[in-house]
Amino acid sequence: MESIAQLLRLIPKYEAFPQLVQALLPMLVSCVLIFAVLALAVLFAVWLERKVSAHIQDRLGPMYVGGWHGWAQTLADALKLLLKEDIVPASTDRILYKMAPYIVFLGAFAAFVVVPFGASSFVTDLNIGILYVVAVGSLSVVGIIMAGWASNNKYSLYGGMRAAAQIISYEIPSAIAIMAVVIPAGSLSMVEIVNAQKGGIQNWFVFRNPFIFLAFIVYFVASLAEVNRTPFDIPEAESELVAGYHTEYSGMRFAFFFLAEYANMFLVASVAATLFLGGWTQLLPASIAPQILPGPVLFFGKVLVLIFIQMWLRWSLPRVRVDQLMYLSWKVLLPISLVLVLGVGWLAVDW
Amino acid sequence: MKAEYSGEVMTLNMGPQHPSTHGVLRLELKTDGEIVADAVPHIGYLHRCFEKHAENIDYAAVGPYTDRMDYCAAMNMELGYVLTVEKLMGIQVNNRVRCIRIIMAELNRIASHLIAAGTYGNDIGSVTPYLWCFRDRETILDLFEETCGARLLYNYNWIGGLMADLRPGFEKKLVEFLDYFEPQVDNLNRLLSDNYIFIQRTAKVGILSPELAVSYGVTGPNLRGSGVKFDVRKDEPYLGYQDIDFEIPVGKGEHGPVGSCWDRYMVRIREVKESCRIVRQAVAQLTPGDVQESIPKRIKPPVGEIYMRTECPRGELGYYIVSDGGLKPYRLKVKSPCFTVMSAFREVSRGAMIADIIAILGSFDIVLGEIDR
Amino acid sequence: MTPGEIAALLTEGFGSRVLESKPDAINPWSAVEPSAILEIAQFVRSDERLSMDHLELLGGVDYKDRIEVVYVLFSMTHRHRYTLKCRMPREAPGIHTVESVWAVANWHEREAYDMFGIVFEGHSDLRRILCPDDWEGYPLRKDYKFPTTYRDMPV
Repeated sequence: MESIAQLLRLIPKYEAFPQLVQALLPMLVSCVLIFAVLALAVLFAVWLERKVSAHIQDRLGPMYVGGWHGWAQTLADALKLLLKEDIVPASTDRILYKMAPYIVFLGAFAAFVVVPFGASSFVTDLNIGILYVVAVGSLSVVGIIMAGWASNNKYSLYGGMRAAAQIISYEIPSAIAIMAVVIPAGSLSMVEIVNAQKGGIQNWFVFRNPFIFLAFIVYFVASLAEVNRTPFDIPEAESELVAGYHTEYSGMRFAFFFLAEYANMFLVASVAATLFLGGWTQLLPASIAPQILPGPVLFFGKVLVLIFIQMWLRWSLPRVRVDQLMYLSWKVLLPISLVLVLGVGWLAVDW
Repeated sequence: MKAEYSGEVMTLNMGPQHPSTHGVLRLELKTDGEIVADAVPHIGYLHRCFEKHAENIDYAAVGPYTDRMDYCAAMNMELGYVLTVEKLMGIQVNNRVRCIRIIMAELNRIASHLIAAGTYGNDIGSVTPYLWCFRDRETILDLFEETCGARLLYNYNWIGGLMADLRPGFEKKLVEFLDYFEPQVDNLNRLLSDNYIFIQRTAKVGILSPELAVSYGVTGPNLRGSGVKFDVRKDEPYLGYQDIDFEIPVGKGEHGPVGSCWDRYMVRIREVKESCRIVRQAVAQLTPGDVQESIPKRIKPPVGEIYMRTECPRGELGYYIVSDGGLKPYRLKVKSPCFTVMSAFREVSRGAMIADIIAILGSFDIVLGEIDR
Repeated sequence: MTPGEIAALLTEGFGSRVLESKPDAINPWSAVEPSAILEIAQFVRSDERLSMDHLELLGGVDYKDRIEVVYVLFSMTHRHRYTLKCRMPREAPGIHTVESVWAVANWHEREAYDMFGIVFEGHSDLRRILCPDDWEGYPLRKDYKFPTTYRDMPV
């Protein structure tokens, strides 16, 4: 954010603006920038999902819209959704109904202010960075419950409650797996965590010791459940029986839920890349090879690999049943993650 | 998973229009939380009065109506009807007709089981097998289209013969397809059947014991999935199936109790491989001939009645025809395998969870056209 | 067992309640008294020589002077098939249910009731299965007149 503040000083007579504006303007610009990056990333991710799913299913996917392999397909779909009639069912709780999609999106969007895209490309370096991410990420649960309740539909309520139960159950193993990284890094700040991984692939936390490697797997699985991806997409496939929390939504509001899901995907992939895969640091140590690609490119490369794996899993695996899902979270992932944290702590202590 | 029911029972409706009910079936579920206390199926939404129509048109015209009962396996529906009337009239067909009928029936069995496997994967959440199965089914449908002009509803089996002979080059394309297809089944097994999550969802669910299955008149892959080795093609052979060498796959309970959803599903997959074997042998037994030589000029069966059954992909299809010596059937009653299996649904699904209802329904592989006629 | 032997076994067990037997027909059958059907059903199911454990088909047939219920039975253990028929007057066709013997009879009898109006005594849930619940008339009867309206809608 400092660089943005510096850029803004280039505006003529910037010092003459009131203090409040001077304080708020960099924040506003950063937020808009993050939103733009996120929106573009989501646009790309939706297209990628359709292409990946198509090739796994032995077909082609979008091919026509925009020319080369249908790259503008998502734009066209977003435009279509924008042009749809804005239906607000009469018996819903209007305020909650309208607010719910934004709050779900907020949960993902607000966490990006601490994610470091590059050595100095981050909005702010909170010293409780990762704790903030986990906390703010839980906001989406509130939004989901709001959506389920406000729809005034028995099935939406059921679906919303189930989704909330799923997300809350999986936050615990994922947070504990994050502890397994915080201990060797010695800090909650995301920038510090990335800095602790500088110097080549062997310094990346995921390769430092087997406990952290397993913690990466636990985090990845738990994060799949956080974002409601198959095999844990019960809230979405709730349409197999009950309708799910976003049935009563149409048009742009529905698009926002969609946007929020992909933004959440990006968030968990970014957190995983930052904590375990070294963030924006490069593969080879600086002594062997100079940094040719800028940090953000490497960062997005890693995020893209993780997102590709998420999509790959979605289109290969069947769905888990609700009770099996809960069993997995509370009786498998939670004990494993506790053991892993103990292991990392044991290794970290200077005996 | 059986449990005691506490609290109130809520009625949930899986209405006639639903992505997972394989047709227009209405399930009235009485649930207590996640557990289903009772699941009552309501049918009749696709009733098209086939049996009444059959009394007003002549025997040859009933043929196209039979297609439309189980539209996923139309060749087998026609075959059952045609064999019943031929038996009543005492018509013998020549070897070419016999072999072609076997080829078509078995190909349609493969196509129907591919639909069953693909849609079952879809219901459980894995979308990819659905597309792989339909991709392979396309080649079968192309073969059918080449022979009789239609992809789904054929009117190919006629009383006394066939509509048309095979086109030149059919056998070559067929063998090419079989060579390509048999490894694809292994692919499908690696993706879906042996998948841990799929097994967890299906292998302890929907247990149908052999005694219950026989009492409810369940037949076909549903019965064989419960461990009962019974197949009309082996036990009461028709069309010369006794001269063809093939195995009857039976559910063995590899991942859970015998008679689970996984067993029934796996019986179908193994049957696909057996059908490939049967088709190869039928192609080898083909002899030249005229496929229309035994078609009578007027189809007027003698007075009497007959019941005959054949093995269609979903079970035993039975036709009961009462003839009064006229040109139209006096009474035509169809015993549809999916009808009997649905009568067992209520018993099997007691105590299951809501997500398991979908798994059980998919494993029974029903087609509402056949249930409602 | 051959159809002749089955027919003999039935007449031996039930005497005059077996009205007529045609074991040489292409589909061997015996006509029995409707009032005896439950006993005969239990007998053919439990007797070891017959053990007809599979009810293949239960259907109604409307002959002009009577309504018949046809039971096509099969034995999984002995692999033999036999048909039983019960004749009833058209005005009030009624017969005892056999759903306690073969569970599948439940749905088959509902269909027979729906299509012919045959009342099965003792049936746990006798209501229409294929037609809507408030349909009038019994469609497969030979004298059925197709209604012109259903719930005031022209059909």
